[in-house]
This record gives sequence, structure tokens and C-alpha cells, in this order.
Amino acid sequence: MAANYVIVGSGVAGIAAAEVLRARAPGASITIVSEDPDGYYSRPGLAYYLSGEIPEKHLFLRSKADFRALGIHWLHAQATQIDVAGHRLILADKRSLAYDKLLIATGARAAAPDFPGGDLDGVFTLDTLKDAKRLVRKANKSGQAVVVGGGITALELAEGLHACGVNVHYLLRGARYWANVLDAEESELVEAYLRGDEIEIHYHARVRQALGKRGKLYAVETDSGEIIPCQILAVAIGTRPHLDLARTAGITIDRGILTDSCLRTSAPDILAAGDVAQVHDDSTGRASLDTLWPTARAHGEAAANTMLGTPTPYHRVVAMNVTLLAGIPTTIIGALGSGSDEDLVAIARGDSENWRTAAPTWVVVERHEVNRIRLMLGDRTITGALVMGDQTLSRPLQRLIAAKADISPIRDALLADDHAVLQLIATFSAEWERNHAATT
Amino acid sequence: MSLERRSIFFDLTRVEVLANGHVLPESARCVQCGICSYNCPLGLDVRAYAWRGEPIFDSTCLTCGQCVARCPRGVLTFAPLTNG
Repeated sequence: MAANYVIVGSGVAGIAAAEVLRARAPGASITIVSEDPDGYYSRPGLAYYLSGEIPEKHLFLRSKADFRALGIHWLHAQATQIDVAGHRLILADKRSLAYDKLLIATGARAAAPDFPGGDLDGVFTLDTLKDAKRLVRKANKSGQAVVVGGGITALELAEGLHACGVNVHYLLRGARYWANVLDAEESELVEAYLRGDEIEIHYHARVRQALGKRGKLYAVETDSGEIIPCQILAVAIGTRPHLDLARTAGITIDRGILTDSCLRTSAPDILAAGDVAQVHDDSTGRASLDTLWPTARAHGEAAANTMLGTPTPYHRVVAMNVTLLAGIPTTIIGALGSGSDEDLVAIARGDSENWRTAAPTWVVVERHEVNRIRLMLGDRTITGALVMGDQTLSRPLQRLIAAKADISPIRDALLADDHAVLQLIATFSAEWERNHAATT
Repeated sequence: MSLERRSIFFDLTRVEVLANGHVLPESARCVQCGICSYNCPLGLDVRAYAWRGEPIFDSTCLTCGQCVARCPRGVLTFAPLTNG
């Protein structure tokens, strides 16, 4: 009898899994259960929808017809429980689906506002296309907005609202932006860009409460007593894996659903992938969370192969994100910072816990007016890099870091002269690639 | 026509690209936002190539560089055509 695969969640992890299952098991039954009425679209693309760079229809990656053509059943429903012993997924409307293998790819949700008044009309978080559309509609009739939080999403909200013509106040709890990944100068580059857009940054500012009249937001009060009138309060203080389904099923969870390296959970025939999964890394012995699109895709593909009977470990590659931080192209690779960020109560979207595992190390910085490269040097390797502005070296650095290339020949020179960093890396990388190609 | 030099890696000259270059995606960087496809003057679905990690081999591609220049994540580069 053909196998019966059920996937909960329609983000990239779920879709990547469905495509692999369909390709390798042409006769199998595949069902995607999704709470999101909009189906499969690019979540990271929502930032560019907010800023007006792409229209809504370009966010969609596959149509319902595409899924039908692939023979994938699409069910718009909320999954509420799992009958683990009976191998059935139970839906909110009491229907249930039988499965042979179940993949939980429910993603993460924005952390709820952690101050009074967080439930007022006018307070927004950004998870789904529906959230983004509501925010744009509201922005078109609003004069002033307050953004709180950290990481990439907070910036995207501030810039998106600015692009909608709204006057934006950005509240930071600490002294600078994204303090546990960026260094002080990098934060300043981002903040200067925001100021250039006339976004007003308030430092050491915490929301005491959101103020409303008849359930509707009209201002934000900070802990210093300042009242900032606003019609929108956008909150991006981190995301939390959506664990309800796993929790009620008695599956082992920590910050996410704990899985082995092949994405298997503690329950038989149930796997997890994407932002919801906290995947064990056999090489480090740790299980960490990532909220990165490429990671989620790789999880989904590995999980699908495991479901098909070929246990396939997810190989952690070097955590990397390439993004625009306030308009500055920025690549973050490997371990760069440490500690926590006051503006985030949980992992941000587009984030990796691995970026904050930097051991005490040498730091080399190449300064330029706009462009900046920061390298974290281990004893023999480059362990992390942050490239802002010109991206010429981001690819070579990504390769050297991922391969743990031995940089001993240039390490002393890197430390000796900040200005030589670009040339040293470019020359070394070219030679390393030639040798690498010759030996592989 | 000049291209905005942003998150791109112009290691080939314009003439070389026109003569024997093509656009190559690196899918590990791509988040399928669709800015590339939206801005392609010929309406090529560049994003679909990026999902598959395949070079944009389409006889109608002008190698105009709009997708390369506009991608916010540096997914796309010009690369020389290899034999075969």
C-alpha cells in the first residue's frame, strides 16, 4: 500500500519536504495541513512587500494548481492534536487524518508584546502575509508609528513604515542596535542610515505601556514617562517556536521540538523541521535553534529523506544570512558575538543562535567609509565574519569559514595591518581555491 | 547603461558578460522574495532557477543585470559560461 505522509505547516520546510517526497515517492499520498489561508509565499519577502519593492502577487511561490499538479493535497485547517499511538492527526473541526509519517513544520510566531496594552487595536507583530497586509492598510491612514524590538524584523518594520509615508520612532532598550551580533561601529552605521531616513531613534527607551481609548491605540508611554502619540505600534522582540501541537502530543521539547540529527522527534514516526525544530548536532553535541530560510529548507529535505526510509542527517552548514540592514548589504557568517540583546526576548527571525557562540578571540577590522569587514580569528581559522557594504569578499570568506581553512600563513599579517585585510584575504582565498580544486 | 553597484560582485566586465556570461544563483543565499523575477524586463522566472540552483540558461536572457543588481541578498552573480 502506498505510504501516507502528512505535513503540518506551509512554510519553506514543509514545502521542501513535500517536493522531495513527491519526487522520490511518486505513488505516495502527501497532505499539507496549513492554518495560513494564503498558502505558500516568501515570508522573508514580506519586508519587500512592506517597502513597496514587490507587489503582493509576486510573493506567491506555488499556486494551489501547482500543488494539485504535483498530486499534493492542500488542507486549510488547524491541527490541534496528535494521536501518537493511533497515527492520526486531529484537526480543530474534529476531523482526523491517518498518517504513516508526520512532519511538524509549524514554524515560529512573533513573541507577544511584553507590556500592558499589547492587545490594543493598532499593535502589530509581523508573521504572515495577512499581518503585512493589515499593517500596510493601517499605515496608509496613519501619521505616526512606534517600532520596538531588535534584529532584522524590527528594522524591516521601521523602514517599511517609513516607506509607507509614516513618521517612525524606533525605541531601543539599550545603547545601540543588535548589540549581541554587531559591534559598536556596525550598529552606528545602521543607526546613521535610519537617522538619514528621518527615523527617530530613542535609546535606553522601554515601553511602559501602550495607551488606548476604547480599545484603540493612541500613544506609547516609555519608562521615562515620555508619551509618544502613534496609531501604530509594531513589535519585533523575537520569535518563539510554535510548540502547541508537539506539547499536547507529549513530544519532548526544549526551546523548540528536540530532534536527532535526522529530524526525528521523541515520538515514533513524527519528525520536525524548520524554525520549530531544535536539531541535535552530532559534531558539537548541542541542539540549537535557527530561524533561517536555507536552514529550514535543508531541514525539510533531510526530514523527507528520513521519512522515506533513508535516515538523512541535517548537516549544519555555517550559519549565514545575507540581508539589507537599513539599506546596507550585510553578510553575517559564523560566530561573531555573544551574550544577549536587550531588545529581543527570544530568537529573532533571520537569526541563528550560533552567531553568538564566539569564543574570546582576535578581531580584525578593515575600515572604510561605508564598507566594513570584521573577521573573528581562531588559532588557525577564521571563525566568523561580518561584511557590510561591498560584498566582494563575502563569498570567499563564506568558503574559507565553512571549510575551516587553515589561515596560519596570513594570520600574523592580518593582525599586523588592518588596511591589508582585503588584499590578504583576496590573495589567500584565490590560492586556497586553486589548491582546493587541485586536491578534490 | 550603467548598473547600480550594490550587493553584486562584478568580476567580469560588461563586454565579457555579454559575450560569454550568464547569471548564476547561489540557492543557499536565496529566500525566494521574487525581486529578481519582478524586475526582469523579459519576465523570466529567475526565482525558480534560484530555487533549483540552476544557471539562467534562457536564450532570451539579455544578461542586462537587473536581477543581479536588485537582489537584496547577493544571490545572483555573472559567471563565465563553461564548456559543455
